[in-house]
Amino acid sequence: MPILEVENLSVSFKQYTGLKQKTHKVISSLNVTLEAGEILAVVGASGSGKSLLAHAILGILPRNASICGVIKYAGEELTPDRQTVLRGKEIALVPQSVNFLDPLMRVGSQVRTSVKNGDAVSVQREVFERYHLRQEVEKMYPFQLSGGMARRTLLSTAMVSGAKVIIADEPTPGLDPDVIKEALNNFREVADNGCAVMLITHDIESALNIADKIAVFYAGTTVEVAPVENFKGHGEEIRHPYSKALWRALPQNDFIPIPGSQPHPSSLPAGCLFAPRCVMATPECRQVQPEMRKLRGGMVRCIHAT
Amino acid sequence: MRKYIGGKLGLFLLLKGLRMATLLFAICLISFLLIKNSPIDPIQAYIGADMLKVGPEQREKIAEYWGVDQPVMVQFLNWGSALLTGDLGTSMIFRRPVIDIIGERFLNSLALMISAWVLSGMIGFAMGVVAAMKKGTWIDRIIKWYCFTLASTPTFWMGLLILIVFAVWLKWFPFGMGVPAGVLAENVTMVDRINHLILPAITLSIVGVANVALHTRQKLIDVLASDYVLFARARGEQGFVLFWRHGLRNVALPAITLQFAAFSELFGGAVLTEQVFSYPGLGQATVEAGLRGDVPLLLGLVIFSTIFVFVGNLLADLSYRLLDPRMREGRRYDFKPQIKK
Ligand SMILES: Nc1ncnc2c1ncn2[C@@H]1O[C@H](COP(=O)(O)OP(=O)(O)OP(=O)(O)O)[C@@H](O)[C@H]1O
Ligand code: SF4
Ligand SMILES: [Mg+2]
Repeated sequence: MPILEVENLSVSFKQYTGLKQKTHKVISSLNVTLEAGEILAVVGASGSGKSLLAHAILGILPRNASICGVIKYAGEELTPDRQTVLRGKEIALVPQSVNFLDPLMRVGSQVRTSVKNGDAVSVQREVFERYHLRQEVEKMYPFQLSGGMARRTLLSTAMVSGAKVIIADEPTPGLDPDVIKEALNNFREVADNGCAVMLITHDIESALNIADKIAVFYAGTTVEVAPVENFKGHGEEIRHPYSKALWRALPQNDFIPIPGSQPHPSSLPAGCLFAPRCVMATPECRQVQPEMRKLRGGMVRCIHAT
Repeated sequence: MRKYIGGKLGLFLLLKGLRMATLLFAICLISFLLIKNSPIDPIQAYIGADMLKVGPEQREKIAEYWGVDQPVMVQFLNWGSALLTGDLGTSMIFRRPVIDIIGERFLNSLALMISAWVLSGMIGFAMGVVAAMKKGTWIDRIIKWYCFTLASTPTFWMGLLILIVFAVWLKWFPFGMGVPAGVLAENVTMVDRINHLILPAITLSIVGVANVALHTRQKLIDVLASDYVLFARARGEQGFVLFWRHGLRNVALPAITLQFAAFSELFGGAVLTEQVFSYPGLGQATVEAGLRGDVPLLLGLVIFSTIFVFVGNLLADLSYRLLDPRMREGRRYDFKPQIKK
């Protein structure tokens, strides 16, 4: 049984332009599952809803957001009450930006408040040592840290929590290659010890090295979930035209950029969201949004995928 | 590291000292010229009601005694050089050294201002915190309404209202003054003094809460919407613990600074409140000196209030420097992680 299931999730924002109230649907019919012992890498362009998914799972979306769909944790629905109880304890977040540290609190204390079991001080010192943060760093305030040190502090908060599910929202930018490797290996380690990790990242290459599955997001929905092994060669085994294009756009592959840009949530096309940019698009694609379907051991949202 | 910070603080104090000296000089010159060119007749102030009995020769003698027959600039230099030796001159209406009167009145005012300052600071802060935590509810609306109404209420009107309700109708507190009337000075007890202090202090505090409360409310709303509070919630913190760990420290700092910077309003409020309650403080002395043309006392009070407000602003700056780690501790320590190979 998956430890975390997201079924048909949609997230909308109410916004006022003058007196008129408008709702923007920024995530629509999104499906993702997370198994214990597994790393799921989530990739997709900026604005495709990756951070919002993370925040929706933790129940920390802004007040003007409304969600529908079902999120289940360990088989049971994750209601707001359960989210309040579980977050920080069973589900931990590594936030996307270093602004998530309290500017007036010493970073050591901020890590210690995340420790739920054991002696907070020694657990914090251990994790700092693992991330090569010297002992005097625990006495510092966030403004005294370099970007990389702040990132490692954020990583530490999740690592000490003892959570069963870790959602890491782009945890590695600005880090030295060695530290990136170290951090990713840590994720692999906690996953091998039975945790589930959702690794949101732009860095497809290093994601492929440690992840088990890859979920590709486009314009607020999942277009494909595939085992990492499919990402090789010219992408023949990849199911969805967008994931294929993403793969081929990488510098080490064909380095062909995808023409056009992701639609804004206020002007989503009818039918398949990728249709305006898809080389395989047919008139049928523009009728209704394709359903997510099983294909060759993965999932895809495309009527023509084989 | 320590030495570096100490040096920075020393430089800061030196610069502030210089600024204060130039400010005081400018204030002295301007107020001196203003008073000299105003219709105040210092000789009349000295003689008071006996004006008619004084002949022109006597008048001249008095003028010579006070030095008012000399050119304005000479008078200013005389006064200024006396000032530098610490001599503020003699009050014309009290016939005593200005410095004594200011000292004595200041102690009375200080009791009033400190109690109002502490009260309004704490109550205002608490109101702001409650309003922000319960944003949009009826309690927030009441607090906001109260603050906006207060911001447009004149202090003397509030003072009169409180005087009428608590002293005249309810007779809970004495009717103005600093000590009971008709009691010898040595028989006045601490309780008497406190009793006379309560109503003016309450008046001054009631008016003073609005600023801190509204500021604290807005600041805490911003803090609660910040990324670091979001992350704290993601780590399972909520309610009071969340406020204690992340709200308080981020909100208290600007509130303390604001409260120190409000010394000028405090002084202005005290002038009006003391007048309403006939409370013998600095404010009342200022009004009397102004109305009755007591030039030395008025100048002394101007200098003193300038210093008072300046010190308030200095404390505001200092509190920020000493309490905010971003000001207190140096910039980042930049070093590469040591990787064990
Ligand atoms: N508070 C908000 N109000 C309205 N729209 C929002 C809000 N937060 C996010 N959005 C919109 O939701 C969409 C998805 O945002 P999200 O932050 O999840 O993107 P992302 O995939 O994490 O991007 P990135 O890679 O840049 O972090 C964006 O189009 C964004 O404009
Ligand atoms: S459904 Fe049609 S338009 Fe959409 S990705 Fe598949 S082929 Fe392209
Ligand atoms: Mg994001």
